[in-house]
Amino acid sequence: MSDITAASNNGAPQAFVRTKASPDLPPPLAVGGIIGWMRENLFSSALTSSLTLLSLLFLYWYTPDLVRWLFIDAIWSAPDGEACRAPGAGACWAYVNAKIEFFAYGSYPRDMVWRVDLTLVLGACLAAWLLWPSAKRKALALVLFLVVYPILAFHLLHGLGPMLRGAMRGLADLFGSKALADMAASALPVVGTNLWGGVFVSLLVATVGIVVSLPLGVLLALGRRSKAPVSRFLCVMLIEIVRGVPLITVLFMANTMLPLFVPEQWSPDRLMRPLIGVALFSSVYMAEVVRGGLQAVPKGQFEGAMALGLNWWAMMRLIILPQALTIVIPGVVNSFIALFKDTTLVAIVGIFDFLRAVDTARLDPVWAGPTISATGYVFAATFYFVFCFGMSRYSMMMEQRLTRGRSH
Amino acid sequence: MTTQASPQQAAALAIDGLAIEMRDVHKWYGKFHVLMGVDLEVARGERIVICGPSGSGKSTLIRCINRLETHQRGRIVVNGIELTDDTRRIEEIRRDAGMVFQHFNLFPHLTVLENCTLSPIWTLRMPQKEAEARAMHFLERVRIPEQAHKYPLQLSGGQQQRVAIARALCMSPKVMLFDEPTSALDPEMVKEVLDTMVGLAKEGMTMICVTHEMGFAREVADRVAFIDRGEIVEMNAPEPFFTAPQHERTKLFLSQILR
Repeated sequence: MSDITAASNNGAPQAFVRTKASPDLPPPLAVGGIIGWMRENLFSSALTSSLTLLSLLFLYWYTPDLVRWLFIDAIWSAPDGEACRAPGAGACWAYVNAKIEFFAYGSYPRDMVWRVDLTLVLGACLAAWLLWPSAKRKALALVLFLVVYPILAFHLLHGLGPMLRGAMRGLADLFGSKALADMAASALPVVGTNLWGGVFVSLLVATVGIVVSLPLGVLLALGRRSKAPVSRFLCVMLIEIVRGVPLITVLFMANTMLPLFVPEQWSPDRLMRPLIGVALFSSVYMAEVVRGGLQAVPKGQFEGAMALGLNWWAMMRLIILPQALTIVIPGVVNSFIALFKDTTLVAIVGIFDFLRAVDTARLDPVWAGPTISATGYVFAATFYFVFCFGMSRYSMMMEQRLTRGRSH
Repeated sequence: MTTQASPQQAAALAIDGLAIEMRDVHKWYGKFHVLMGVDLEVARGERIVICGPSGSGKSTLIRCINRLETHQRGRIVVNGIELTDDTRRIEEIRRDAGMVFQHFNLFPHLTVLENCTLSPIWTLRMPQKEAEARAMHFLERVRIPEQAHKYPLQLSGGQQQRVAIARALCMSPKVMLFDEPTSALDPEMVKEVLDTMVGLAKEGMTMICVTHEMGFAREVADRVAFIDRGEIVEMNAPEPFFTAPQHERTKLFLSQILR
């Protein structure tokens, strides 16, 4: 009571005036520390306590066996399946090691896999440039990634088409250069998509799906919300029809029906067809996710933008979409992850993706054995998990960055 | 209806022309007749305060001026441009008519400075440096230049509303429309926003202000309009409006809000 002065407020007995601010006190000790944390998070009630104990029991039961199979009893290197066939042998990592090129590239000619590697490295660099939060000149990165890179990647992976080759031959004649003529004849020979396979095809399908579905999904969502009846009707119809059909059906339809709609010489490549199917399918899902975000942006934001004289496109691009897309990051990444895993379905229409490669490789009689299938599938599961978990963590980081400064 | 302009105002009209002209404006929400033939002329430099009970159509009226609401009959001319369905005209009118909202409607994903420079850069094609200089000028005028690099939600309500005023001023508007600018504010923040608006009025800005701040109306308004059930019931200079209201509904309304 020392810092409180009794004030005689015209005889009001309760009146007082504080003369000093009271100091901050430290929080009580029971809140912090390991004991406090455990009490709060692991044993806060009878139910949580029993769940905690059950989980511990479960871990105690299974972890040792799992670790033994995965690491201790695993065969790390062997020339063939002999060692893996021994009784009590764990995972056969030697098999994965021997098949890793097949998993990565499928039947792509071995002397030309540098073309795939170069494409992947270039793509990874551009993606890192785009995704790195504080990177500069993202507009340039976007143009490179969306325009230059696909053209380059096509010629690297597929080989030079007859037109480019002809142009090079013409240049060689013009300059009389023998080296250029040789290059025109032999550089980047065509590798048909029937030889493509493995991880790189999975990444290709997923990347095309992701890169196409976001902008197309945004356009479809805007179309569905537009006041123009024709565009709204078309968007609603496309979204509802494609969404109402299983992906497998879309893939079968893309495979058998797309060629019917175009002249024979324009018939899309066998890899192109499922690419179109996957991109379309993921776009309509994306459209609905984005529409949810658009609806969550308060009406006042539209009015604020309109009152400043911004036209519709500027309002959408500068004010509404940045906010709507930030709101739906969890949904967007959810779609991306689902898409990444759904790429395994392209195997059904004869595309040799990563999972199909794993599935084929396990039939090799040289390696046949009781643990081969399990090893292959554990490896595949790990691969998919690493990518999906990476996407999830990245999106959480972006969410935190983007929502910074938006709350008190 | 007392929309007749006084002789001085008529003279002003003749010299400067009208900032806003509304003739027999009607609007329906579905079957509900919100505006029933509103006539209003606002001269350049004139300050009009609009008051009225809630649901009377006063917000709808002011939002018709920049086409946030569409009127269905009648004629609205803003700075010599008639409002039609032509999108370009609407955008032009909106650039010339700054609006301040009850809930600020600042863009939360942009900093205060970016809020102010966005439209000058994108609609007036102003170079970024110039837009930023102009934004800082107006942020100084509303006395919050030190907040320029914060995000709107980090500011108090009064500060946010002053940013909203600065943002509108950055477009060099010919008219400022205020739609209940102080109704969403905590009481201790009302004054800082009103002071800013008084300053603006003293500099000769044409203003239409929907508000219940009668002190503000007395201090700066040239005319006060009372709207009830979709029509202007009474409009007069503040002195006679407050001391000798003519219409029964005006008297009732004033007795309710002035206590």
